[in-house]
Order: sequence, then C-alpha cells, then structure tokens
Amino acid sequence: MIALLRRDLTLAVRAGGGFGLGLAFFLIVVILVPFGVGPERELLTQIAPGILWVAALLAALLSLDRIFALDWEDGALALLATSPLPLEGVALIKAVAHWLTTGLPLAFAAPALGFFLNLTPEGYVPLFWSVLIGTPALSMIGTFGAALTVGLRRGGLLLSLLVLPLYVPTLIFGAEVARRGAEGLAYSTPLILLAGITAGSLALLPIASAAALRVNLR
Amino acid sequence: MTLTVTNLSVARGPVTVLQGLSFSVEPGQALILRGPNGVGKTTLLRTLAGLQPAHGGTMSIPDAAAYASHADGVKSALTVSENLAFWAEVHGTRLSNDVLETFDIADLSERITGTLSAGQKRRVGLARLGVMDAKVLFLDEPTVSLDAFSVKMFATFLRDQHLAKGGIAVIATHIDLGLDAPELDLTPFVAKPGTGDSPDEAFL
Amino acid sequence: MSFWEFANPKKFMDWTTPVVPWMAGLSAVFLAVGLIWGFFFTPDDFRQGSTVKIIYLHVPAAFIAINAWIMMLVASLIWLVRRHHVSALAAKAAAPVGVTMTVIGLATGAIWGQPMWGTYWAWDPRLTSFLILFLFYLGYMALWAAIEDPDTAADLTSVLCIVGSVFALLSRYAVLFWNQGLHQGASLSLDAEENISDVFWQPLVISMAGFVLLFIALVLLGTRTEIRLRRAKALSARAARA
Repeated sequence: MIALLRRDLTLAVRAGGGFGLGLAFFLIVVILVPFGVGPERELLTQIAPGILWVAALLAALLSLDRIFALDWEDGALALLATSPLPLEGVALIKAVAHWLTTGLPLAFAAPALGFFLNLTPEGYVPLFWSVLIGTPALSMIGTFGAALTVGLRRGGLLLSLLVLPLYVPTLIFGAEVARRGAEGLAYSTPLILLAGITAGSLALLPIASAAALRVNLR
Repeated sequence: MTLTVTNLSVARGPVTVLQGLSFSVEPGQALILRGPNGVGKTTLLRTLAGLQPAHGGTMSIPDAAAYASHADGVKSALTVSENLAFWAEVHGTRLSNDVLETFDIADLSERITGTLSAGQKRRVGLARLGVMDAKVLFLDEPTVSLDAFSVKMFATFLRDQHLAKGGIAVIATHIDLGLDAPELDLTPFVAKPGTGDSPDEAFL
Repeated sequence: MSFWEFANPKKFMDWTTPVVPWMAGLSAVFLAVGLIWGFFFTPDDFRQGSTVKIIYLHVPAAFIAINAWIMMLVASLIWLVRRHHVSALAAKAAAPVGVTMTVIGLATGAIWGQPMWGTYWAWDPRLTSFLILFLFYLGYMALWAAIEDPDTAADLTSVLCIVGSVFALLSRYAVLFWNQGLHQGASLSLDAEENISDVFWQPLVISMAGFVLLFIALVLLGTRTEIRLRRAKALSARAARA
C-alpha cells in the first residue's frame, strides 16, 4: 500500500497536473470574489470564512476525476484489482494521495489567502485547522464519486453532481468552525463534528468505493 | 495444484457468451485459447482472474494468479525500474536484474518509460509478469505490438522460467508462440441463444 | 411458495396487472374527497386564514418525498442482497415520483411561506433539507441515466443510494446545527400532545392516503414500464444472436 502511495505521489509530482492547478484555481476564485461583491472591508471580513471554504471545496473537486481515470485507461486498475492488495486499501490510498496533493496544500494556502479577504486575526488558526481536518473527508467522498463514475466516458460533470450534495455536511461544519473562529467564538463543537465526519468517511467510504470499483471493473 | 474448470459459463453484461466449459491445466502446462474475435476469450480470462463473477459452474485456481492484457498499466512518467519495482512491491517480491535481462530491458532500466518505443514499452509490461512471480498466469493477447524477436523472448520466458518451475498459464493468442501446449477451441462452447440461462432470462 | 416469488418479473407483471387500476382509482377517489373536503368544507384558520388549506397538498407531498427515498433505500438493499431485478427497477421508478413530490413540497411551501413569513424562500432547516434531498434525487437519476449496462447501473445506484442516505441524514443534522428555523413543528405525529385540530386533521389524513395510493400506483406503473423495456432489450439481444 505504501508502494501505491509513493507511486501516486511520484506521478502527481512528475506529471504536474492537479497539484499546482488546484491551488491556482483556489487563488483565482478568492481573488474574483471581491470583484463580484465589492471591496467593502466589513463585508469581506464577514464572508471571508465561507468564501474560503467554498473555494477550497471547489478546488478539491477539480482534480477528482483524475483519481482513477489514468489507472482505468492504462489497465493498472484491473491489475491492482487482481493483485494481493485489497481494493478497499487501494481506494483509501487514492484518497490519501489526493489529499496530500490538494487538501494539505489548501490548508496552508487558505490562511494565506484570508489576507486578501480581510479575515480577522483570530480567524487564521481555526481556518487552518478546519481546512486541514475537513479536506480528508472531501478527498474520500470524492474518491467514492470517482469510483462510481470511473467507467463513464464523460463522467466529470456527473461526478460533480453526485459529489457536491455529499459535501454539504462537511462544508457546513468546516465553514462554521472558520466563521466562529473569525468572530472570536468557541469553535470546538463544530470542529469535533467535522473530525467525526472525516473519521467516519475514512472508515466507511473505502468499502463503498471498492464495491463501486468492483462493479465497474466487471 | 491443478487448475480445474467445471461446466463454467461466463457472461458479458446481460448475455451469456460461453457455457458448459470444462478443462484442467496441470502444473508446468500451458493452455492456448483459440477462437474467432468476440467468441469470449477475454471474458473467460477476466472471469478466471476474478475480475467478474462466473455465471455458472465452478473453477478452482490453485495459487496466486496474475492477469495481463495488452493494457499493462505501465506509467509513462516513471522509469522502467520504478514501474517494475512498484508491481514487485505490490506482489511482495523484489525486482531482480535477471528479469530485466530476460526481457532485454536492462539497458533501459533508468529511462523514463514514456521515451521508449511501443515495442520496448510492451516488453516492460511483460516483464511485470516475471517480476510478480505468480504461479498462475492469465494472459490476454500478450504479444500485441511485439516484433518477432520479442515474441520469441517472451515464449522463452514462459517455457524456461514460468512453466519449467511448475507454473500454469492460460493464454489467449492468435499467433504461434512455439510452446508445446494443448489448444482449446472455444467455438463449440458458444452459448446458444435461448438455451443458456442468461442473466436476463428472468425477463423472457 | 415464498414471498420472493412476487418479485419474479413475470409474476410481478401478472399480479400487478389488476392491481394498478385499483390503486389509481382508489387514489383518485381519496384525493378528490380529501382535497374537496379540505378546500371547501373546512373553516379558515384563525391566524392563517384560507392560506392554511395548501396544507392538503404540502404535507402529503413532503411525506411522499421523504418516504420515496426510504423506499428506494430498502429496494436498493434488497437488490444488493437478493439480486431481484424488480427491486432495482422499482427503486429506479420511484425516483422521478420522489423528485416530483419534492418539487411540489418546495413549491407549495414557497407559496404558503409568502403570506405567512413574508418571503417565498428562507434558509430554514426544513426547507434547506428538502433542497438537499432534491439534489440527491437529481444525482441518483443522473447516475441511472448515464450507465448503459442495466445491472451495473442498478449496482452503482444502489451503492449511491445507501451512501446518499447516510449523508442526507448527516446533512439534516448539520443543517439544524447551522440554522434554527421558522418552520412550524411536525403537522402530524402520533406522540405529540397537540396536533392540529380535528377539522383539519381528517381531510388531511384522507389526502395523505390518496397521495400514498398515487405513489404506489405510479411506482407500479413505472416498474412495469422498466420491466417491459428490459424484456424488449433481452428479446432483441437474443434475436441479434440467433
């Protein structure tokens, strides 16, 4: 399993692709928001946590269809399925690799971009923690969506349609942590709930993803 | 240690393609599957490899099996040795130089696979089979886009390294590999419409 | 004879043939009685005036919208465990009915909300949950439509339905956490001390029964259509190979 993680990370670094693109997309969305809503500092302060969370979510969504697509096209997925590795493990590792290349960089980029949206000083730390703890759930849910749509030729748009409703709880708790933090309120309750969703997703969704992959490989 | 298939029927989607299939392959033996395109060779091999469920009948696969088709999962962005070392690790073995020699890719081992010719890439894909050291091989058209020299190299690998060590191979191919192996023509086992208990039978 | 034999496609076609018109007819009668009674023969509410009468559409539609999804979940589980084709096809047939009921629930709610709350739409937990349910229905139907092989589609949509149910429930609680709302409590429940008064209650129950019968009739009809489609496909596949 470590070999698979190492290979996927090597491929992500060598092929470029999603790695930098997700971050660039995040940056652009955040920069575009003030053009849309106007430059008033109070307004930006108020919406900053939510905008940063929605933008991070969209950036994570961007590279989901790559999770299994390449291994599907060149047959590696079928070979992995017939190898001693359990498919559940393959799905989990794929999600971890996706998180390391998108979620983790987003956790560091989000506070940095909070600067542009006039985020209050108290908001930076909770924002970082909420993105760091919430994005693994986004990657795992996205991996499940990718497993469902891997056999489809134009799966990308469908993937978004399937995955976005599943993102709702994560987004609500994640943005709530960031918002409460930015307003100087206690944020441990939503943070614990967010961590719960992440833990539950990582524990259960590999099973559902593997089931979907088996059906698609049939 | 014998691979045995009894009264197997396999389906492609909702359609039964082969039925009443029985054969066995002893250790050290290969079986060549013959039959026109679309007869169900790929479906049979995928079923044997466990990628899809059998529709009926039983099969007993004696040991860890490896499956290979012309889509061999070789990553263009990795070097030849990285590609092979990955599959070795997945299957709990190590990449040895012997394998690279056998498939004549030792000189290429540090090259990025994307820079190789199509034939060289295919040899890397086949070398994967040597790396994994599986007792049972299910091979679906393994010689696609190989030149005559490479085909011979591959046949030598199968005979001298795989079968000689008591391995089993079931191979679908259109060309003569020069192996001393029995052939099985699948044409007589093609499911006749209406007689096969097809997955959609409940609707008829 | 086992209970599951009713799920054999041929048997299913046989026993549903006489059932569908009865269900449709009964549902028409119940709906007519419930709605006419509700609209014309109940007094206006002392606070809400005559706007309260939209309840006879709103509550049953919302009830079906949720229970259609639960029915799809059960049918998906049956398909995954016992591989009864009819079960998967019934889940497929229920989705368009469920999504329509969700839209009716949302639309009547908006029409009711305007005079009561002064707004067509509020990000109230119940309204938001229904909007999310609507998105789940869309995704589910889109996945059915996108996959060609019927059994693959049945498997994948079943897995999606199960995972979606868990996340829909999570969303429900997340939304409650996110915003406390305007919406009144449940209109009907068995354990509540105070339900809405009897004059409204009786036509509402009749109307609900009408909606349930309508749902059953539509799902049976939809399932029959899906079975015929599968049969036509199977026959043409057989003919093509003969």
